[in-house]
Amino acid sequence: MKIGVLALQGAVREHVRLLEQAGAEAVAVKRVEQLSDLDGLVIPGGESTTISKLMNEYQMTEPIRQMYQSGKPIFGTCAGMILIASRIEGRDEPHLGLMDITVKRNAFGRQRESFEASLDVKGIGDQFQAVFIRAPYIEEVGPGVEILAEVDGKIVAARQGHLLAAAFHPELTDDVRFHAYFIEMVRESMVTNAEV
Amino acid sequence: MSEVRKVGTDRVKRGMAEMQKGGVIMDVVNAEQAKIAEQAGAVAVMALERVPSDIRAAGGVARMADPRVIEEVMGAVSIPVMAKARIGHFVEARLLEAMGVDYIDESEVLTPADDLYHIDKSQFTVPFVCGARDLGEALRRIGEGASMIRTKGEPGTGNIVEAVRHMRMMQSQIRKVQSMSRDELMAEAKKLGAPYDLLLQVHETGKLPVVNFAAGGVATPADAALMMHLGADGVFVGSGIFKSENPEKYARAIVQATTHYEDFGLIAEVSKDLGTPMTGIEISKLRAEERMQERGW
Repeated sequence: MKIGVLALQGAVREHVRLLEQAGAEAVAVKRVEQLSDLDGLVIPGGESTTISKLMNEYQMTEPIRQMYQSGKPIFGTCAGMILIASRIEGRDEPHLGLMDITVKRNAFGRQRESFEASLDVKGIGDQFQAVFIRAPYIEEVGPGVEILAEVDGKIVAARQGHLLAAAFHPELTDDVRFHAYFIEMVRESMVTNAEV
Repeated sequence: MSEVRKVGTDRVKRGMAEMQKGGVIMDVVNAEQAKIAEQAGAVAVMALERVPSDIRAAGGVARMADPRVIEEVMGAVSIPVMAKARIGHFVEARLLEAMGVDYIDESEVLTPADDLYHIDKSQFTVPFVCGARDLGEALRRIGEGASMIRTKGEPGTGNIVEAVRHMRMMQSQIRKVQSMSRDELMAEAKKLGAPYDLLLQVHETGKLPVVNFAAGGVATPADAALMMHLGADGVFVGSGIFKSENPEKYARAIVQATTHYEDFGLIAEVSKDLGTPMTGIEISKLRAEERMQERGW
């Protein structure tokens, strides 16, 4: 199993480290050719406008959409969640537009309002220390989306089929549970995709 | 389901800098420049009244920017906005924090307000970045609460030599500390003027406990890539962009060279027809009192 971490900008190293700790082979992906032999992709935290611009500049947007369409799991954290969302408040066009959610950017405020909190995440575990940095949240989910965690009534983690999204940064802690959950999603998809 | 939210923790403050890695932070003096920077793919902008080369030219006392300028920049972009406070001027820093600035640069580019002490940055909710020339200076700043480090270089010169010197110095000292035996560390801490517990962390992990960017003299895409090769996590570009002939193109080129610092063909491509970069200053032509890097203790 080989999982890529989109490495155009942001917290790449941390995702690679946790994926490896959770037992997967992880590679930093900078070039479009590298996408072809991956079984799953993590889109990290960073600046969503920057990552999106570079994704377009290097013609990676369409190949990532194709990865999704071929059944390969994608996990977006913070900026990554904004990039996979189908709707972004205050913006006409989504970036990758994969997941049936509406996100609000910088939804908790500026950096001074950034925080950490202990969350119970459905299917992943209790007391997950979640770090929110100028974080977005999910305002609305479509019918196929399962809500995994909330903070004060705001949705901050969700899953839809082989898409996983977190508004916070599991990669900034040493807790591998989120990454282990994603690796399990990738394992399941490899079985399903092999059967097709 | 309701949880206790903790703001301003080390993880939240340092984490913010982690999200900037691999990116370019650009100096801007108004909303229009901020938008150009954001469009070009900057991960953050530094709101200033004057870029360092103009501060040099103007002389006199350089202070925190007019809050109006900062507010204008904050209103213009959705990427994080940083701003500079004078070394030791904790009231300027409190004003910036009150305005909701995302990161404060306690900066030697401005005229120091305190010739003995830096700001106690651990008391703030907003994170700080500070300049350093060597490992001891970096760890002193982190000891005071800085959540991000950058090389000092020599700001406003368009001359990369000092940033290279500072980055190489830090990296070589880190390697040395890492390979030392534990019983040598206290004497080394004394020699470097570094807090012992932080030096111990460097010894164990082989890296600074916070993100380390390059700053002070980055003028071309190749300069940015050079600093990434030397171990920078990202790049600050001050006067370089908006002092060049075609800022938009220049900004995009520097962003691309930072992302793809190992792809020399691409850097050559984006470096074509950029026009004249800012005119540089040879460091030896600066008088001692003109060297901003000497500010800070």
